[in-house]
Amino acid sequence: MTLDALPWIVLFLPLAAAVLITLFTQRSRELSAALSIGAVVAGFVLSVIFRGLVGWDPAVRESPVTWLSVGDFQVGFGLRFDPLSLAMLLLVTFVAGLIHIYSWGYMREDRSQPRYFAGLSLFTFSMLGIVLSSNFVQLFVFWELVGVSSYNLIGFWYERPAAADAGKKAFLANRLGDFGFLIGILLVWNRLGSLNFEVLQGNLSANPQALGTLATAAGLLIFCGAVGKSAQFPLHVWLPDAMEGPTPVSALIHAATMVAAGVFMLCRVAFLLNGPSLEVIAWIGGFTALLSAIIGIQQDDIKRILAYSTLSQLGYMVMAVGLRGPTPAMYHLSTHAFFKALLFLGAGSVIVAMHHEQDIWKMGGLRKKLPVTFWTFLAGTLALCGLPPFSGFYSKDSILAQAAQHSSGLLIVGIIVAALTPFYMFRLLCVAFLGAGKSEAAGHAQESPQVMLWPMRFLAALSIAGGFIGIEQIYNRQFKGEQVETAATFLREVIAPFIRTPVPAFAGLAAALVGLAAAWALYAKAAHDPLPARLGALSRWMRNRFYFDELYEATFIRLHDSLAAIAGWIDRWIIAGVAVRGAHGTTELVGRALRLFQTGNVQTYAFLFAIGVALVLYLVLLSQ
Amino acid sequence: MTIGLEHYLVVSAMLFVVGLAGVIVRRNLLVIYMSLELMLNAANLALVAFSRFTNNLDGQVFVFFVITVAAAEVAVGLALIVAVYRRRHTAYVEDLRTLKL
Amino acid sequence: MTSVLFYILAFLTLVFGFLVIANPFSRSPVTSAMFLVLAIISLAGLFVLLHAYFLAAVQVLVYAGAVMVLFLFVIMLLDLRVEERRRIKILAAVGGLASAGIILGIFLHHLLVAPLGEGETPSVAGGTYALGRILFTQYVLPFEIVSVLLLVAMVGVVLLSKRDLK
Repeated sequence: MTLDALPWIVLFLPLAAAVLITLFTQRSRELSAALSIGAVVAGFVLSVIFRGLVGWDPAVRESPVTWLSVGDFQVGFGLRFDPLSLAMLLLVTFVAGLIHIYSWGYMREDRSQPRYFAGLSLFTFSMLGIVLSSNFVQLFVFWELVGVSSYNLIGFWYERPAAADAGKKAFLANRLGDFGFLIGILLVWNRLGSLNFEVLQGNLSANPQALGTLATAAGLLIFCGAVGKSAQFPLHVWLPDAMEGPTPVSALIHAATMVAAGVFMLCRVAFLLNGPSLEVIAWIGGFTALLSAIIGIQQDDIKRILAYSTLSQLGYMVMAVGLRGPTPAMYHLSTHAFFKALLFLGAGSVIVAMHHEQDIWKMGGLRKKLPVTFWTFLAGTLALCGLPPFSGFYSKDSILAQAAQHSSGLLIVGIIVAALTPFYMFRLLCVAFLGAGKSEAAGHAQESPQVMLWPMRFLAALSIAGGFIGIEQIYNRQFKGEQVETAATFLREVIAPFIRTPVPAFAGLAAALVGLAAAWALYAKAAHDPLPARLGALSRWMRNRFYFDELYEATFIRLHDSLAAIAGWIDRWIIAGVAVRGAHGTTELVGRALRLFQTGNVQTYAFLFAIGVALVLYLVLLSQ
Repeated sequence: MTIGLEHYLVVSAMLFVVGLAGVIVRRNLLVIYMSLELMLNAANLALVAFSRFTNNLDGQVFVFFVITVAAAEVAVGLALIVAVYRRRHTAYVEDLRTLKL
Repeated sequence: MTSVLFYILAFLTLVFGFLVIANPFSRSPVTSAMFLVLAIISLAGLFVLLHAYFLAAVQVLVYAGAVMVLFLFVIMLLDLRVEERRRIKILAAVGGLASAGIILGIFLHHLLVAPLGEGETPSVAGGTYALGRILFTQYVLPFEIVSVLLLVAMVGVVLLSKRDLK
C-alpha cells in the first residue's frame, strides 16, 4: 500500500460511514454515532500521519485516476497535495471531529439521530473532496454535494416549515452562484484547454494573455461560485435563515467549513483572477463585511448574531483575496474556523441549557450558571474581536496590513468593521451572560454534559494559541513560495505585527477597544435594548435586515412566479387544450361525419358509388 | 346523315344513366334489379357498336358471354330476393338495415 | 332508310327504359317488367341494325324469353301487393337524379367533343357462322368456363330456394 492511499482512505471513510448508517444502522443510535465519529476521528489521525510522513510540500503533487475519457477529452479524479490542501485537510478533519463528538451530546434526545449523523458524514466527505480535488470538474461535483448536504442538514427538522423553506432558500441561492461558476469554468476550459489546476497554472504562466479579453469575465464568473457558497452580497440572504438547522450543523457547515469553501476556491485558483475582477471581489467583500456587521448590531437571536458575524468575517476573507492576499485570507479562514465553531458550540450549549430559547433578552446571568461555557465563549469572543494575543488579532491584522498596502478605502472599511465586531459581540456577551437573569429559564439553566464541553475547551485553546502555531507560514509556502521568518523569541512573536506594520495594527486595536467600550457602556447593565430609542428608523432597518429579502421577493420571486404562471397557462390551454384535446376533438368530429355515410341502406351506397364514379370520370376525362 | 359510332354510344350512355337513376331512386327490390339489367344492356349495346365499327368480332363474343353471365346472375339474384323476402317479409330496400353500424 | 329506323328504335329504347323506372300507369313491378321486355326487344332491333344478327336473336331468346319470364315468375311468387305509397324522400331522389345527371353530362360532353372512329367503313357482319367459328376456336376456354359457371349458378339457386336452410 503506497503512501498515496492514506488520503484516499481519509476521503472515503466518512462516505462509507454515511452509506452504512443509511442502509444498516438506522435503528441503533449508538452504532450510527460511533460509525460517524469514528470515521472522522480516524480521518484526522490518518491525516496527521500522512502529513508527518510527507511534510508540507510533498514531492508527489497528485494522485490521479482517469474518470472520464471521451476522445480527446479526459477528466481525471485525483487528489492534490500541496500546503493549501494539506492544511485544509487537517483543519477540516479536526474541527469536524470535534463537532461530531459535540453532536453526540447535543442530539442525544433527538429521534432521528442516525439520519443526522449520516448527513454529517456525507458532508464531511464532500468537504474533504473539495479540499483535495485536483481539477475543476471534481471540485464542482463536490461543490454541489456540499450544497446538497447543507440542504439536507438545514432542513433536518423537516416538519417545521421554516426549516424546510430555509433549506430550499440555501440551495437555490447556491445554485444561482453555481450557474455563474459553471459558465466561468467552461470559459477557462475553452481558453486554456485544461481543467486541471496544475496544468492551468502552467498554461497561464507560459502564456499570460491566454484568456484575452474574457479574463475579467472569467474571473467574475468564477467568483460567482464564491458569492453563492460564501454568502457574499447579493446572495447573502440564505445564511441567516440557515440557522434553522441544529446548532452543531451551523457550527460545522455555516461557520467553519462550507462557507469557507468559497474563499478556499478563490485562493486555489487565484492565478486566474486578473486586476479588474480582483477589484470587484475586494469591494464586494468589504461591502458584505460592513453591511452584515451593521445588521448584526440589532439582532436578538443568539444564532442570528453569530450568523451575521460569520457573514462579516467572510467578507473580510473575500476582501483579502481581492487585495491580492490569499495568505491572509486563508490565515483568517483557519483561525475563524476555530473561534467561530467554538462560539456556535457555546451558543448550542446555552440553547440547550435554556430549553431551546434563543432570544438573548430572555437570558442573563448565565456566567454563574454555565461557567465553562462562559469562559470558552469569552475566549472565542476575544479572538473574534481581534484583541492580542488571541489568534484573531494576528489574522485580522494581516488582512488590514494587506489593505493598507493596496487600498486605503478598504482599509477604512476594515477598521470600521473591526470596531463594529466587538460592539455586537460584547452586546451579546453582556446581555446573555452578565447581569441578572431576565426570565425563568435563565434562572434554571444548568451546565452541559462533558461530551459537549471538551470540544469547546479544545477549540478555546486553539483560539488562544492559534496565532503562534505557524499557520501563516504554511500558507506562505503555497502562495509566496518563500518562508517568512519566525521571530526569535515568543514575546517578539506576540508583538510582531506592531513592529512590522504599525499603522494597521494600532488602528485595528484601537477600533476594537472603542467598540468594546461602547458595548460595555450601553449593555453591561441593560434590561432592554437602548439603541432603538436612540437610532429610531435606522434601528428598525437593521432589525429587518435592510429589507433585502422583501426586495428579492418583490422583484425576482414575483417575476419568476409570473413566468411560471404564463408557462402553466400555455401548458394548460395551448398544449393540452388545443393540441391534445383539439386532436381528439377533430378526430371525433371527422369520425362522426364519416359515420353519416354508413346508413346501412344499400341505395345510399349506390348513390355514393355514383358520385365516386362521376368524380373519377371527371378527373380522368378532364386530363385528356 | 350517316349513323356513326357516336350515335350508338350516346344511346348507350343515356340508357346506362337511366338504369343508374333507377337503381338509386326506386325502393322496390325487384325494380332495382330490373334497372340493373337495363344498365347491362346498355353496356352490351356499346360493345356491339364498337365491334361493328372496328371490324372486329371480339366485341360480339364478349356480349355473348355477358348475356350468359347475366342470365346466371339473374337466377341467383332472384333466388336471393326470394330468400330475403321469406325471412323479412318485405321487398323494400329501406327495411334491410343490418348493414348499419 | 337505316338512319330513320335507327332514330325510331333508339327513341323507343330510351322511352321504354325510362318507363321501366318511372311509369305513371301503376306502381306494380309487373308494369316495370313489361316495359323492360319492350326495351329489350327494341335493343334487339338496334343489334340487327348493327349487323349482329345472332346476338339479336340470342337477346330476344335469352333475355326477353328466359330472364324476364323468370322475373315475372318471382314477382308472382312473392305476390306483392301494389306498392304502398311511402313518403318519398325528396332529398334522396334529387341527389340520385343529380348524380346520374352529372355522369350523363360528362359522358355526352366527351362523346360529342372527342373525334371518334377514323372512318373505317364497317364491313363485318355477325352471322352465326362467323361468330360460331371464333367462339369455338379462339374463345373456347371461356366458353367452357361459362358452362361451369351456369352449373354453379344452378346449384346455388337450388340451395338458396330451400324453405329452411339447415
